Order: sequence, then structure tokens, then C-alpha cells
Amino acid sequence: MNLPESRRIDRRVALKWLATAAAAAAVQPHLGRAQAALPAAKGYGLDPLLNKTYAPGDLWPLTFTGEQRRAAAALCEIIIPREGDVPSARELGVHDFIDEWISAPYPDQQRDRQPVLEGLAWIDAESQRRFGRDFADLDQAQAAAICDDICHAPEARGELQKGAQFFSRFRNLCAGGFYSTPAGMKDVGYVGNTPQIEYHGPPPEVLRKLGLA
Amino acid sequence: MPIITPQQMQAGYDVIVVGSGAAGGQTAYTLTMEGAKVLMLEAGRDYDPVAETPMFQTSADAPLRGVATPDKPFGFHDATVEGGWQIPGEPYTQVHQDPARQFEWWRARMMGGRTNHWGRHSLRNGPYDFKPRSRDGLGFDWPVSYDDIAPYYDKVEMLIGVYGENEGLENTPDSSPGVLQPPPAPRANELLAKKHMARLGISVIPIHRAVLTRRLDHVGLPPKLHPGNPRAQRILGKAMSERAACFWATPCGRGCAIRATYQSTTVHLPPALDTGNLDIVPNAMVREVTLDARGLADGVIFIDKTTGWECRAKARIVVLGASSCESVRVLLNSRPAQFPDGLANSTGLVGRYIMDTVGTAISGQIPALENLPPHNEDGAGGLHVYAPWWLYREQLRGDLGFARGYHIEFGGGRGMPGMGTGAGLEGFTRGSYGRRFKEDARRFYGSFMWFSGRGEMIPNEGSYCELDPAVKDRWGIPVLRFAWQWSEHELKQAEHMSETFRTIIREMGGKVLGHAANRKRIDDRAAIEKGGRIIHEVGGAIMGTDRRKSVTNSWGQTWDVPNLYITDAATFPSNADKNPTITIMALAWRAGERMIAQLKQGTFTP
Repeated sequence: MNLPESRRIDRRVALKWLATAAAAAAVQPHLGRAQAALPAAKGYGLDPLLNKTYAPGDLWPLTFTGEQRRAAAALCEIIIPREGDVPSARELGVHDFIDEWISAPYPDQQRDRQPVLEGLAWIDAESQRRFGRDFADLDQAQAAAICDDICHAPEARGELQKGAQFFSRFRNLCAGGFYSTPAGMKDVGYVGNTPQIEYHGPPPEVLRKLGLA
Repeated sequence: MPIITPQQMQAGYDVIVVGSGAAGGQTAYTLTMEGAKVLMLEAGRDYDPVAETPMFQTSADAPLRGVATPDKPFGFHDATVEGGWQIPGEPYTQVHQDPARQFEWWRARMMGGRTNHWGRHSLRNGPYDFKPRSRDGLGFDWPVSYDDIAPYYDKVEMLIGVYGENEGLENTPDSSPGVLQPPPAPRANELLAKKHMARLGISVIPIHRAVLTRRLDHVGLPPKLHPGNPRAQRILGKAMSERAACFWATPCGRGCAIRATYQSTTVHLPPALDTGNLDIVPNAMVREVTLDARGLADGVIFIDKTTGWECRAKARIVVLGASSCESVRVLLNSRPAQFPDGLANSTGLVGRYIMDTVGTAISGQIPALENLPPHNEDGAGGLHVYAPWWLYREQLRGDLGFARGYHIEFGGGRGMPGMGTGAGLEGFTRGSYGRRFKEDARRFYGSFMWFSGRGEMIPNEGSYCELDPAVKDRWGIPVLRFAWQWSEHELKQAEHMSETFRTIIREMGGKVLGHAANRKRIDDRAAIEKGGRIIHEVGGAIMGTDRRKSVTNSWGQTWDVPNLYITDAATFPSNADKNPTITIMALAWRAGERMIAQLKQGTFTP
């Protein structure tokens, strides 16, 4: 479920933002041009319209370059793959949500911006080093070889620690992004958000399992 | 008479009510149903929960999956608009640099104020709570007893609809028979916690919340609430018949479009407007109360935020219900010649003894709750049960090292997933990803619980607000400057909460995860959260029997200016662990009856 291009970026806002960020890029040479810092974009304010559906890019311009978006999508696919009828995180556009997240003008999200962008660059560089290809172009076994080395930060060896820190954060964003969609909610076992005539409490099999029957 | 602009105001009213939340809403309701002509002034915009509440939106519909941001501190879908601990253009300042000695002031600039998003917890103060000084020698007694207020608690509960049960526990009052609605069945995690907490001597009982579990008896209740007033009965009957019962979906904090929960905008204001006796001017930022030549209040001056113009309104009685500290601010900014230190402040006590609730929260992971069969736990959109304070005797003996109690709110389980779902599992899963991660997510979803304390703070000299001598808000109105002080009683109480919650989690066979990351404590070593963070701001113009030691009498009528009332929590001389809203409404109803009597007698007629 890719977003139509028009929803991903407001060009007028983006141009203003590119101009601001280009200046900042000079002091952040390790990140791509125009990615180092956010412009002084505004958030949604104290009185946004609440009962409407928002998509990434509706409120502030997104950040990912084509390469970064490809790497993020590939990571979403490997962290939460398709299972039968349940779409993968990539198919639900969770990588675009992560782009929305790291592009947001709020402190919690801005803290994730540089680690995620640097992590995406790191994983492509690591893929190139090991296999001569970008992460998104690896076969499953090759991608798994890298992920197995960085999926558990306490066990990651020295030079892989940076990748492991990134993977840990990215997995949290991917999981939260996936499980907050209707498909993800169903998959994790949430039942609700639908009107009921009555509420009866837990069913007998739940009480039995808890020893409360 | 409806929502109007300042230009449409009438030349004079019986009563001006400042604020539209629990205090303003209840005051205006009581007055207009008995025939008084009322002007309500609300600093925020008009707000219609029926049209604006995001009832079935999921987190995926919101920006950033609905997580809390500085613009929406309780998440995107929270009902509060134009509110929070910081509002652009409306600053407040601090006396102290130390974060432990600062107060964070929550405001909700919108029709209905904080009642739109509150937890709906409706716990009555008990007999001890009205006479705390008599019991342990600390703080202040109220000028009323529980028995004085009990009939008004009954009335408010019948009007707004409160679920719960009468358990007959110490200092945890029962309602009169037939007043409460049936409580919802407890959820799985609530039942499991109850079983283990019982082993620790902690009773878990149905909480009292302002949510309709069945439709209100729109025929039987109105005559009980308005005896001898058929018009009020008819209007209330209609309003009650328009409220639906809970349909067991969507969290109450978003507000309720079907009007199943209490919020001023869906319960107090519709019938009050229906009487034809209420005008409401939104976007009206009240600056000061004005006096006439007799020294009586004759109206207010406010800024119309839509134009920036200064406006005047006139009435025979003025009521402040703007929230404790905002009402204090209006008094301190009103400086007629007789009151150079602020209106009704001949004692110098206006702004003194502000209080919040003591709070801390601990979370844990409970293996017994892993891999439960999927089932619906939305319930009433908030807590079904809680644990009232259980150590009254031990405390009175001095065994605990702190003087006042707390109740326990807790929850967890299988609520609607959001950004936290599946996150932070690395320590449980050894870093799984792919299909194994999905299995882990299903296993651990619903197995996390939190326990949160809500405790009594004793008023002290170090917790106060005053006018900042230099800083003004965007309307040119001087702002408040706060000072804060937790005493040893509160610090020790919070540590006791923290230890108790850890014990409960371990008793349940769980793993303690520590303090909830989203709560703001005074520092990393302390359990207690910062002053103001629980948003139970009370005090600042306390009531009493002695006019030299209090600002108002038991009706919230200021000693210095007898036709100036305060019906919000500014008058509270103590802040029991019970959430303040239902007590605000009970006192406002009682004050409203007195105003009606005075209007009928012509007490303040020029």
C-alpha cells in the first residue's frame, strides 16, 4: 500500500525546508545533503481536527531519500513479514509512518531522527561491505545474516553495536507502527473498538486459564 | 438564549459564572433550572463533543500513531483542545529554579474545560476527609461535615450518572439506595490483581465512575432532583432521555459523542441552555471582578479573544469557577481601592495552600497474563475497579511515618494497541524478529500492568501562587508565579506507593519494570511526580468558619464580598486522595441553592 506521491510531500513546504536544511548540512557531513536538521516546521498545534484520518506527509514534509525509503521498507518486511492473509509491515506502509515519525517537529521524534537516518546508511554500507549490494537487494539469507548479528543489542559484537542500537529502535517503531493498524491489532489479538449492547467481562476459558473460574 | 458574542449580551444578569467545567457547569445548571438568568464566560472556544469526538478512530488514523506530543500531552485523540501544561501566549512563572519546587499548571481552554477529558473517577470525600485536622492535628478542617454534603453527592450522582457499588468500607462512603448505576464486570487483569492484592490485605472494589452503564431513568429521577418544579423536571427528563448508555467501546478520555459519560458539555450545559435562562460567551478571558459603590461585586471585565476588545458584563452575583488557580488569578488581578492586595484578600490568604494529588506509577510484566485467549476488554473505557486506602488504623497509630492515605488505580491488559504494543520486548525475546517476533508480540500483548497511586497532600506554607510582578500574557493580564513544596508526608507516601506496587507485582509472579516512563517525577531517585502533574489542583482560596483564617464560608461565598462566590476547588481546605470533581459539583450545587434563595430574597438588589 504505497502512498500516492502527492500525499507524501507538499512541494511548497519542501522547498522552504530544503533551503533551511542545506545550510545545516555543512556541519553534518556524515548525513546526506539536506537531512541533518529539521526546519522550524510547526506541529499540528493545540487544536487539530481530531476525527479525521491523517497520512504521512499531510502535516510536515517527509525526509527519506529513495535509497533510505527502500532500506526502511526492506527492514519493515524482514521485521514483520507477511503471514498468510496478514500483510507485512512494508505492505501497510509502516516505513512511511517511520518517515513521518523522524520528520516530526517534536522533541521525542527528533531524538530518533539522526539515529534512524544514520542506521539506514549503516545497514546499506554493511550490506555493501559483506555482499556488494544495498540491503534492499539482498536475498533472504543474506539479510538474515546481518539481522542475526544485530537483533539483540546485549549480544552484538563491538563494531556491530551501532547497528544493534539502530535495529532495536527501528524494530520498536516498526512494531508500534504495525500493531496500531487495524490489521496489526487483529493480528496481535485485540478484540474491540466496536459497539456492544452489553459487557460481560472475561469469557470462561480466560478465567479457567487464570485459575479464577 | 444560546452561545452568543459579547455584543449580544444583555445589560444585566442575575449571576455571572466564570468557567464552564465541573464548577461552572454545575453552578449554571442549578441556577438556571431554578429560574435565574445566567451569563457564563468561557475563556476557550465553543466545543461540541457530539460532533467533534473521535469515537472509533484508531491510532493509525492519527499523526504519529496518536502518541503524546507537547501539543497534545495525553495523545492526539484526547478530548482536550487548546489546553495542556503549556499554552502559547499564556505563560506562568516559578519562584524556584529547583524542579522539585515548581508547579506545572494544566489548563483546558475550551467549553467544558477539563471535564471533557477527565478520568470520570467520582469518589466521595469521606467523614475523615472533611475533618482531617480533628483526626491527626495536621492541615485544616472543612467548615462542613460529610453529612452536610452527602445529600448533594446523591443529587450530583443521580444527575450525571455514576456506576459503582456500596461496600460499607471505612471512610469510603456509600451512596443512598438506588443512586448508583450497576458497575461493569471486572476485566481479567483486574480480577487477577484483586486475588493477589487480597493476600496482601488490600481490598479491590468497583470504582465509582461517571459513565452510564444503563440509560438514566428520565421519568423517575427529575422529580427527585427538582421537586415542585415541573418545568425543570420536563427539561431534565428530555436531556436525560437524549443520553445513551455506554456501548463498551472507545476510551472516555476522548470525550463521548453519545453522551454516556459525564462532561459538562453533554450533561450540564444542554439542559441549562434549554431553560432559556443561560447565555454563554466563549473566548471570553476574564481579567477582573468589578465592585460597585457599596463594595459589592457588580460584574466582570473580560477580553474578547476574537477581537482583543475589553468588555464589561453586569450581574447581581459573580461566581468564579475558572479552576482553582485561574480563580485566584482573577481575584489577585482585581484591585479596587478597598482591596489593594487583590479582591477578597483582606487576610492575605488568596493564593495560599494550593494542593495537588500525590502520584507515582510502577509497571510490571505478568507471565500469568501471557497468551490469553483473545477477548474484548474495552469495557467502560476506563477503570472498573480500584483499591481504596486500607491502612487507616496503622496510619493513625503512627506506624507508617506519613499522615494521609492513597488509593490505588491500576490496569493493563488487552486495550486498543498503539505505539507501545510490541515495543520494548527485546529484553523478553532475546531480540526476535520476523515470524518469531510476531509470536512473541502475541504472547506478551496484554501481559503488562501498571499500578498508580493517588494520595492526599497536606496543605503547606511553601505551596502557593501569586502575581508575577512583570510577566503578562498575550491579553496583557498579569500571570501567576508558583512555588511548590512536597513535605516529608508526601515524599514518604509516594515511596510507600512505589514499594506497595512492587510487592503486588511480585506477588502476582510478575517482573517489576519500574516507574512508568511517561510520568514526570521530581528527579530520578524520587518516586513522587512533580506538583501539578496529577491535575488535581485545589486550594488557593480556602473555606473555613473563621473569616480571619479563610477566604470563603462553606458556600464558597467570600467573607469580604458577600455576593462574590467561588464554586471551584479553590475553596478546598484539604485534598483527600479522592478525585476532586464530584466534590466540586456537590459544593457548587449547594452554593447554587443559596444563591437562588438570596436572589429570591433580593439580598443583593441595588
